[in-house]
Amino acid sequence: MRLALIKTIAWGSALLVLCTVLGASAVAQTLLNASYDPTRELYQDFNAAFIKYWKGKTGQTIAIKQSHGGSGGQARAVIDGLEADVVTLALAYDIDALAQSGLTSASWQKRLPQNSSPYTSTVVFLVRKGNPKGIKDWADLAKPGIQIITPNPKTSGGARWNYLAAWGYVLRQPGGTEEKARQFVTDVYRKVPVLDSGARSSTITFVQRRIGDVLLAWENEAYLALDESPGQLEMVVPSISILAEPPVAVVDKVVDRKGTRAIAEAYLQYLYSAEGQEIAAKRHYRPRDQAVAGRFASSFAKVKLFTVDEAFGGWQKAQKTHFADGGVFDQIYKPGSR
Amino acid sequence: MNIRAQRRVLPGFGLTMGITVLYLSLIVLIPLATLPVRTMTMSWAAFRDTITDPRVVASYRLSLGASLAAASVNAVFGALVAWVLARYSFPGRRIVDALIDLPFALPTAVAGIVLTTLYAPNGWLGAPLAKYGISVAFTPLGVTVALIFIGLPFVVRTLQPVIEDLDPEVEEAATSLGASRAGVLFRIILPNLFPAWLTGFALAFARAVGEYGSVVFISGNMPMRTEISPLLIVTKLEQYDYPGATAIAVVMLAISFVLLLAINGLQSWARRRVAP
Repeated sequence: MRLALIKTIAWGSALLVLCTVLGASAVAQTLLNASYDPTRELYQDFNAAFIKYWKGKTGQTIAIKQSHGGSGGQARAVIDGLEADVVTLALAYDIDALAQSGLTSASWQKRLPQNSSPYTSTVVFLVRKGNPKGIKDWADLAKPGIQIITPNPKTSGGARWNYLAAWGYVLRQPGGTEEKARQFVTDVYRKVPVLDSGARSSTITFVQRRIGDVLLAWENEAYLALDESPGQLEMVVPSISILAEPPVAVVDKVVDRKGTRAIAEAYLQYLYSAEGQEIAAKRHYRPRDQAVAGRFASSFAKVKLFTVDEAFGGWQKAQKTHFADGGVFDQIYKPGSR
Repeated sequence: MNIRAQRRVLPGFGLTMGITVLYLSLIVLIPLATLPVRTMTMSWAAFRDTITDPRVVASYRLSLGASLAAASVNAVFGALVAWVLARYSFPGRRIVDALIDLPFALPTAVAGIVLTTLYAPNGWLGAPLAKYGISVAFTPLGVTVALIFIGLPFVVRTLQPVIEDLDPEVEEAATSLGASRAGVLFRIILPNLFPAWLTGFALAFARAVGEYGSVVFISGNMPMRTEISPLLIVTKLEQYDYPGATAIAVVMLAISFVLLLAINGLQSWARRRVAP
């Protein structure tokens, strides 16, 4: 009797081990997507959809792992050896860094449609309920008595878009010059009481610590903050803003070594499919696909948008002029420049 | 060699010394040696410009100043805590004892967020302090508070066993020989505690200089005012400026090394004075 029981347990566990082994070997390939922080939910949904799509198309069961962190930190991790098949980051500058260290092609941004950015966002304002300071557009940020919350563009990739949006707004005004833009951006950053190191920390500073009158945020982050603290905040969409294009790329060196190129390329292309675009739109990223954008038209305010390439001549140039050491941003805080 | 000539009860000096050197090399020396190697890829002029940039200099001042202040506060109050824990038994002593180690175990980012929430102008502690015009979060004071939090266990844990080893009979003997209370404190207790006390101070200081996670949330990261050196290192990394990042690190390392060496020197001097 007792022996029988032991035998049953032994067989049972042997079967269990076998199943685990088979289960593991049934996963043909594993893909690693190194992304930045606010895309966690987006890629959770998208990965599930892609695994299903790939199974239907090829019969292969694949697994997709995600890694999230600051955009620059993720790029450095891949440079230092993180085996990511694809990167989906906040700005082209970080993928350029991968190209410079030879991990991917220098022409990576031309390999996929729309600058390799399958979805976009823009920079909007969050204000307190009822908009007590009457903030309607960029010009209102420079008014006296307004405190602005935005992260440090030197440590946060997302925050660089905020900075460039403010700069580009002035350039796009009648009679707007680089000199006026510099004055405006200086005025704005002088009124930032806390420069958090990342976008999420700034949102916490504004929403939970109740510091500041207006938060500069990506549209998708702003929606998230609205959902999390209902009835406390309002979104204000400025007259003109920047088209934030978070880019994606296959890491050539990694996929060639692992033999995952076909899946990795299909994965990124699927972001442009109707399903991929719809998932992005549901997570408050602006879809590129006109049909999907039409269906979600009510979720995204109409706003004139300019790109980094149009206004700043690309990321490399923008980075060098504005955010490199000794650049325009540093000069705002230079002692005696007040 | 002189060391070899001494006869020991247990053999194995060669083996243990070999393992010590290997271990120290793998764990400490090789990683630290790569720092200057990375830095050497930049020119001397670029190195000098990086480390003397006013913003970087301001960050050394904050990082070292706040770390020294925090270590000093911990030296006083940590010693008091260690004394109470070692000498008195009271209900809940074990729980308090376990609490001391929490700053070791808590992820520093969590500590940073909690402290910022407490000391922000609308926080439990920040709001009453703000009424008196004292702001803690997003000022150098906030940085110091975070560093005090993470440094406390170092002082307590180095002093506690030493206090436990102090024989109360020595104090009784001194008293019976006519020493005053102050005399017992300054001539018996403090000289015995001094070397361990310095170790605790040095450990708390060293930990604070390198601290990043808990500080970035409470500091506010304003250039020239509340940027700590580790933040500037991260800033450089964010621009893929590895040599610039290691240049700041090398300077921090050099300053810390000199300070720790001085503290160690002081310590061995104190030890020689206590036990001739």
